[in-house]
Amino acid sequence: MSGLNAAGWRPAMNDGGEAAAGPATASGDRGLMLEEPLIFELGTPAKCGVDLDAADRAPVQGLSRFLRKEAPALAGLTEPETVRHYTRLSRQNYAIDLGPFPLGSCTMKHNPRLNEKMARLPGFADVHPLQPQSTVTGALEVIEQLADWLIRLTGMASVAMSPKAGAHGELCGLLCIRAALDARGEARDVVLVPESAHGTNPATAAFAGFKVRSIPATATGRVDLDALKAALTPDVAGVMITNPNTCGLFEPDMKAIADAVHAAGGYVYCDGANFNAIVGKVRPGDLGVDAMHINLHKTFSTPHGGGGPGAGPVVLSEALAPFAPLPFVTRDVDGTVHLVEEENRGDGHDQAFGRMVAFHGQMGMFTRALTYILSHGADGLRQVAEDAVLNANYVLRACEDVLTAPFAASGPCMHEALFSDAGMAEGFSTLDVAKGLIDEGFHPMTVYFPLVVRGAMLIEPTETESKAGLDRFIASLRSLAQRAQAGDDTLHSAPHFAPRRRLDETLAARKPVLVWKGDAPAS
Amino acid sequence: MRYLPLTPQERADMLGVIGAASVDDLFVDVPEAARLAGPVAGLPSHASEMAVERHMSALAARNLSAGTAPFFIGAGAYRHHVPATVDHLIQRGEFLTAYTPYQPEIAQGTLQVLFEFQTQVARLFGTDVANASMYDGSTACWEAILMAGRVTRRSRAVLSGGLHPHYAEVVRTLARFTGDAITSLDAQLTAAPDDAAVIAAIDAETACVVVQYPDVLGRIPDLARISAAAQAAGALLICVVTEPVALGMIEAPGHLGADIVVGEGQSLGVGLQFGGPYLGLLGCREKFVRQMPGRLCGQTVDADGKRGFVLTLSTREQHIRREKATSNICTNSGLCALAFSIHLTLLGGEGMAQLAAVNHARAQAMVDRLTAIPGVTLLNDAYFNEATLLLPADAREVVRKLAERGVLGGVSLGRLFPGHPELASGLLVTATETVTDEDIEVFARELAQVLEGVAA
Repeated sequence: MSGLNAAGWRPAMNDGGEAAAGPATASGDRGLMLEEPLIFELGTPAKCGVDLDAADRAPVQGLSRFLRKEAPALAGLTEPETVRHYTRLSRQNYAIDLGPFPLGSCTMKHNPRLNEKMARLPGFADVHPLQPQSTVTGALEVIEQLADWLIRLTGMASVAMSPKAGAHGELCGLLCIRAALDARGEARDVVLVPESAHGTNPATAAFAGFKVRSIPATATGRVDLDALKAALTPDVAGVMITNPNTCGLFEPDMKAIADAVHAAGGYVYCDGANFNAIVGKVRPGDLGVDAMHINLHKTFSTPHGGGGPGAGPVVLSEALAPFAPLPFVTRDVDGTVHLVEEENRGDGHDQAFGRMVAFHGQMGMFTRALTYILSHGADGLRQVAEDAVLNANYVLRACEDVLTAPFAASGPCMHEALFSDAGMAEGFSTLDVAKGLIDEGFHPMTVYFPLVVRGAMLIEPTETESKAGLDRFIASLRSLAQRAQAGDDTLHSAPHFAPRRRLDETLAARKPVLVWKGDAPAS
Repeated sequence: MRYLPLTPQERADMLGVIGAASVDDLFVDVPEAARLAGPVAGLPSHASEMAVERHMSALAARNLSAGTAPFFIGAGAYRHHVPATVDHLIQRGEFLTAYTPYQPEIAQGTLQVLFEFQTQVARLFGTDVANASMYDGSTACWEAILMAGRVTRRSRAVLSGGLHPHYAEVVRTLARFTGDAITSLDAQLTAAPDDAAVIAAIDAETACVVVQYPDVLGRIPDLARISAAAQAAGALLICVVTEPVALGMIEAPGHLGADIVVGEGQSLGVGLQFGGPYLGLLGCREKFVRQMPGRLCGQTVDADGKRGFVLTLSTREQHIRREKATSNICTNSGLCALAFSIHLTLLGGEGMAQLAAVNHARAQAMVDRLTAIPGVTLLNDAYFNEATLLLPADAREVVRKLAERGVLGGVSLGRLFPGHPELASGLLVTATETVTDEDIEVFARELAQVLEGVAA
C-alpha cells in the first residue's frame, strides 16, 4: 500500500458536523458552499439575456385565432445572472472531473476534451439530418467508420447505430429477435433473464412484448447453467445475459449457454454495459452472442452529462443482421457510403423491422466515440480493459480483509469489485458507508445492486484512476468499513460536509412537488 | 497513452498486491479459446491528439454546414441561434461529467436544474407537470401513446396525417410488436390540417389521438375542437410539438385541452447535430403522474430542513419495478435538458414571445418572396415558421439541384413521404431568426432558375 494510511489523510471527523459548520451566516452561504434560489425566484418574464431583432410584420391572418393571450410564464435572466446561476449550481455537483466516481456498472471514466472539441466542429454540429446526402458524406462516413470499429471489436456481422441509449439498444436487439422469429413463423414469447440483471433487461423484455422468466445465480455469482437449460422450453425466444455480469464476474459458461440457447431455437442477447472490462481482449461474437448493445457513454467515454445523452448501438450476428432497423449507413464496393431509408430499403434491408427514432441516432456521441477510439487505437483499447480490471482487483484485494467480498474466494473479478454489508455492526449498512464516502470527498459506489447480494456495494474504478488516487480511495473505504464494524454512530448522520444532508425521499414521493408553484424558499 | 495514468512499475506493484503473476491471470475466467492474443487485427494503433484532430476535421470538412449556406430546412429539427453562454455552461465539468443524480446530497446542481427544467416545460406546454426528459420527440411520442393506454385501458391510437412521418413510423414499428392498434391517416395536400378526419376516426376503443401542432406541413390544427371530441369519447389528446419556439406565439396545447404534450426540445440550446442527441419533452395532467415514463425530480427537505431535490416516484421505474415498470428508459437526455433550460432562462417569457415573432416574420418574408416566383404557391391557411409550397415540378429534384447550387432549400415531401407520389410537388420550407434577407434573395433566385431549367 502507499504511504497514506487507514487513519485517514483528511482531518479526523468530529461529532456530527455541527461544530465544524461554525456560526450561522446572514446570507445562508458558507464561504464557497453557496446556496442558490430557483430561476423563478430570481427572474421575471420581462428579463432577457438575448438581444433579439424586432419583428417587422404582424402575424398572418390565418394565425390570428391561434395566438397566445399572454407570453409564457417563464422567468428570464440577463446573461451575467444566468452565468452566475448555473455556475453556482454546478458547484453543488460531484463529477468525474473532481475525483473518482466508482459507480459500478456505470463506467465513469475520464472524458477527454478532444472529443468535445471534435463534436463541436461546425461540419458535425451544424448539419441537419435531412440535408441532401451529397452535402453530408462526412457525417455518413463517421457513422460508417465507427460502425466498422464496433463490428471488428466485437467480432459481429453488423451494427444498428440508431438506438439512443443502452435500454433503447436492448429494445432494438429484442425487436430484431422478434422479427427473426416472425420470419421463421414462430411465436415464442418468453425471455430468460438472470436475477442479477440490470432492471432495464426485464423492463425492456416486457416493453418488447415478451414474458420474463427469471434464472437463478449460483453460489459463485454466475448464471446457473443447469437451471438455464431446464428453462429452455419451446416458448423461449432468447436469453438476456450481462457479461461480464453485474457481480463483476465473467461468465465462463457463456459459450455453453449460447450453444444451449441456439440448440433450443432461441437467440442470445448480451447486455454490453460492462464491455469496458473486455474491449480488445475478448470478442463477444466468439462467445455465440447474437445481439449486444454498446453504451458509447460508458466504454467509449462520451460524457454522462448528469443523466445522458447516451448512445446504444447494437452489434448483431449474421442471424439477426437482416432485421436491423432503418436508417442504415452502408459502404458500397466503390468505397462511398450511402444512407438506406424507407424508400430504398430494397437495397439489402427489405427485412428491416422498422424505425426506432426520427433521424440517424446520436451523431454527437458518434463523433466523440470515434475520436476516443482513434486516440486509443486497437492497442490502447486493449490496455483500457487490462487497466480497468487491474484497478478493480487492486481495490478488491486491498479491502477484502475489512469488507465482506462474497465472491472473492472464487478468483479475480473483472472491472468491478463487489462487497456486501455483512459483518458491519448492528444497525449499520451499505448506505452508511456510501454516505460516509461523500464526507471523505468521493462519490459513492453503486449500492444495493446487484440484487443477488444483500447490501451490495459495487465498485468500478475504471482505468483512468491513478494508483495514488486509488490508494486515497482505499484508505477512506477501509476507514469507513472499520467505523461501520465498530458501530460509529456519526456515520448514521453522514454526509455532514455536502451541500445537503440526507434528503427526505419519503416526503418527496408521498406529496410529489414536481414543478415550482410559487412557494417561498424554505431556507 | 495520454488517458491512462498507470505506469509499468505501478502495474507490476499492483499485481504484486493482488498476488497475480501477470494481468492475464486476472482474465482466467475467460476460456482460453476466446482470449485474443494481441490487439484486434486490422485496426490502427493509438494516435496523437493532433493526428486524430486532423482525421476528424477532414471528415467534418466534407459536410456542408448550415451556417455556410442559405439554409431553409426544418421538418422536425430547427436551426436557431444558440447564445454562447449555453455551450460554455454545459461544458462545466460538474455538469458534463456527472452521472444520473442517484446521490442527491452531492448532485443538487443537476437536480435543481431538472426541477427548473420540469417547471419550464410544464409552463411552456401549459401542462400541470413534466418529466426530466426522454431521448427525443419521436420516442417521447411512442411513450405517450403507451401512457394513454395505461390511463384509459384501451389500446387503439389515431395518428393525424400531419404527424411527422418518422414519428408515425416509430409508432407503427413499436406497435407492431406490442399489439397496439394504430390508425394512421395519410398526409393530404390541403390548406387546413385533417382535424375532421381525426375526429371521425375516434371510436369507443380509442385510447388517444395524436396530433402535431404545428403539423409537419406547417399547418395549425384546432386542438380545442379535437380535444372536445376526444374527451366525449373517453380518449386522450396527445399533442406533439416539434418546434417549441412556436409556443412563444401560439397558445399552449395544455390550455387547449391536450392531456399529454410531448415534444422535441432540440430547437432550444441543443443544435442540429445531424439528428442527435436531441431532447424528448413530456408533460401531462397531474392525475397521470404515476403513469408517466422516465425520471422525475421532486422537491423535499434535508435532515436540517433545508429545501433540496431528489429523483422521486421511482417505483414507476425499471430499476425498482423491473418488468412492471412504466418504461425501460434509464439514461435520457440530461445535458440537453440543461442546454434547453439555460437557453430558455436567457430568453424569459417575453423573449420567447419575441423570438417567436421574429421567426414568424422571417417566414412571412420567405413565403412572400418565394410565392412571387411564377408557378409557386402556398398550401397553408396558416403557418408559424415553416410552410409547404407547391411547385410546378417534383420537389425532390428541385432540392437536389438547389444543393448543387449551394442552397439548402427545404425538404421535399417526396423524401418525407416515400411512396406517396401525390405529394411530390410539395416543398417544406422553414425560416428562423437565423435567415437573412440576402439568404431569401439567393434562395428565390436559385429556385426560379432551377424551376426554369426543369420546365425547359
